[in-house]
Amino acid sequence: MVEGLVGEPLVRLHRIVKRFGPVLANDRIDLEIREGEIHALLGENGAGKSTLVKILDGLLQPTDGEILWQGNQVTLESPVAAAALGIGMVFQHFSLFEQMTVAENIAVSLPPDDSLQDLNVRIAAVGKRYGLALQPNRPVWTLSAGEKQRIEIVRALLREPKLLILDEPTSVLTPQEAETLFGTLRTLAEGGCALLYITHRLDEVKQLCSRATILRGGKVVAACDPREETVENLASLMVGSDVAGLRTATERKVGQMRFEMKNVSMRGEGSHGRALKNVSLGVRSRQILGIAGVAGNGQSELFAVMSGEWPVMKDQSILIDGQPVGHLGIEERRGRGAAFVPEERLGHAAVPRMSLSDNVVLSRQRTRSVVKDGLISRAGARALANSISVAFGVRKGRADPPASTLSGGNLQKFVVGREILRGPTLLIINQPTWGVDAGAAATIRQSLIDLALRGTGIIIISQDLDEIFAVSDMIAVIHDGTLSEPVGVTETNRDAIGLLMTGGKGAKHAA
Amino acid sequence: MDFAAAIMITVITATTPLLIAALGELVVEKSGVLNLGIEGMMATGAACGFAAAILTGSTFVGVAAAIMAGMALSAVFAFLVLGLAANQVASGLALTIGGIGLSGLIGAGFVGTTRQPVPRFEFPDLSAVELLKDFPYISEIAGVLQFVFGQDPFVYVSLVLAGGIFWFLGRSRAGLLLKAIGENQVSAHSLGLKVVWTRFLAILFGGACAGLAGAYLSLVYTPFWSPGMTAGRGWIALALVVFASWRPVRLLFGAYFFGAATVLQLHAQAASLGIPAQLLSAFPYIATIIALVIMSVGRTSIGAPASLGTPFVPDR
Repeated sequence: MVEGLVGEPLVRLHRIVKRFGPVLANDRIDLEIREGEIHALLGENGAGKSTLVKILDGLLQPTDGEILWQGNQVTLESPVAAAALGIGMVFQHFSLFEQMTVAENIAVSLPPDDSLQDLNVRIAAVGKRYGLALQPNRPVWTLSAGEKQRIEIVRALLREPKLLILDEPTSVLTPQEAETLFGTLRTLAEGGCALLYITHRLDEVKQLCSRATILRGGKVVAACDPREETVENLASLMVGSDVAGLRTATERKVGQMRFEMKNVSMRGEGSHGRALKNVSLGVRSRQILGIAGVAGNGQSELFAVMSGEWPVMKDQSILIDGQPVGHLGIEERRGRGAAFVPEERLGHAAVPRMSLSDNVVLSRQRTRSVVKDGLISRAGARALANSISVAFGVRKGRADPPASTLSGGNLQKFVVGREILRGPTLLIINQPTWGVDAGAAATIRQSLIDLALRGTGIIIISQDLDEIFAVSDMIAVIHDGTLSEPVGVTETNRDAIGLLMTGGKGAKHAA
Repeated sequence: MDFAAAIMITVITATTPLLIAALGELVVEKSGVLNLGIEGMMATGAACGFAAAILTGSTFVGVAAAIMAGMALSAVFAFLVLGLAANQVASGLALTIGGIGLSGLIGAGFVGTTRQPVPRFEFPDLSAVELLKDFPYISEIAGVLQFVFGQDPFVYVSLVLAGGIFWFLGRSRAGLLLKAIGENQVSAHSLGLKVVWTRFLAILFGGACAGLAGAYLSLVYTPFWSPGMTAGRGWIALALVVFASWRPVRLLFGAYFFGAATVLQLHAQAASLGIPAQLLSAFPYIATIIALVIMSVGRTSIGAPASLGTPFVPDR
């Protein structure tokens, strides 16, 4: 995009302050967005991006500061008021109604005086213009993440917005879907729409955006042209220090088979679950197997089967160190040297309202210093919680706070640390760094690589392709409950994996 | 009037209060609020309706008083669960206990008083009309017409209500917004829908329905007032909503199924079949449990609104 094409300032945020109790989420933020530009808003989790965007969308009221829309001061008291001005929003966590159809989901967001008579025609027209195909009568829960996002975008576009805000739009997309999205966004910008693009993926910003504003700790720390900066520069601006690169092990010698699963099929949980179809896999000592895939393709079911949350019918179809464990539950499998880190930190890996030391007891009942003769040793549990915190750099406000008070990154370091410090011979981890800041993500990934070096077999389920490629030796892809043949990380590339993620060619047991 | 028609009329009378109360609760639950206070609102509605009807001599005033009483109680509930984001289960139970107590206070002076039940509509007996009396099957046709058009007004209100709610939830835009709010309150809020206001209106509607159902008990069904006369019907209405998997048409059939079961077990007791009376009394409840089990085994989408029972507190 040529600088001259970018138009007048559309919206100006002037010294915006937002305070939640003692926490200062936005500290005197200035931001200007012009017509026809794709403006990047960069920052770590907790930098204040989401808060700022919610203020722009009328969901939150600023404590102080002013918003100028086309030069006039405005108050955005609700999303309705923001939409009336021409501000549209595509949420990171989709604001969709799973049980309702695509058309119904779009209808609920339209203004009351807007007729619903020809809605399907209008959806088709917008879809055609921007390459966003949708089937209006499908229930939303049957759709892929990419399709769900299209609903959000079409929903915003039907209001003909002047400013479209996209919060981490590519975090759930395959590389191919992301490419399509970029095309749509460029078309929109050429039509004069201003776009505020929130992300922490820096290569996307360099590809797409002409200006960038970087937030850290609630403040603007830099505004720049991302095309003229290196990715490393942008990253250190975001994090405030250099992020350590991963020390990958050179040529690990793989050892014996740690974990094997043979032809396991399992029906999905509830009406929205995904059935597993004939899944086989294996991981050896000193090996990391990465399982890529778009969310909702059977990852949760696969994790539940591997961890013993759902035991399987045939004892022989799951082996730990060659021993059948298919009938065994989680705690028995832990007794065989396995450790598990599920996807949701709060509610699955840790009990939100219980203290860290209590949460240690939950998965470490077999550790002698924690539970002796059926009694919990408070001192032992606290000491262990403390040593986990020290080893993994968990920052916390008090000595033994409830799990829910930790930030996402810190809690994730804690639950991963809790399992790694047991010295497991097998570790299965689902979405190890989802929603975690770059610093914590680097710590967790490094600790996984180091653990593999010490002889552990590791299986990582992740939606994040960068992560999969950074830590895995072998990569397999899960799509519609089917697992592809694992391939060595050096024998494949992002495009090939991306194709498998959408069920494209190469899927071995295509459904 | 023959025996079958007599049984059908008792079935309709047993069903109508259940249907009205359950339809109200259906709308409340579709908006994402669980109100366990139906029993209390029905009891208070029954007492207020009866008291007002006796004092003024007007059935209409009685019904209006019952509706207002149900709405007033539900407004208290709405203040607790929407205004203060209190726990809905605890608040609903408190409403039931409080409502039953309140009904005792209001109704105490009216125990032993009776009044004429609300009359059924009179449909002329066509077979008595000179012109038509030689028409073939005229007595049967006349009987059917007298049955169809000869019920009390509440019955028609309940049927119109069922149709209206079916249309509202399935076809109208306001109904779509209400369902969206019950499905995902956070998304609805972020789209700018009025979550709290919509739920407030839904709760008031549920209260009005429960009050009306109570009035039916004390003004048509018995027609007198005695303490505890709701006899768990509020709970049955609550179960019916689940039983119907939150669908108005299924609710209509479910309510009639349950009403029929209640009446048939009475007749079975009268016929002395050698089955213990207690077992027969339990029959409608057992039938409900069996139906619920069959439904959940079928694993068809149960249809509970996803936000049901969760308090909504937007961050500001």
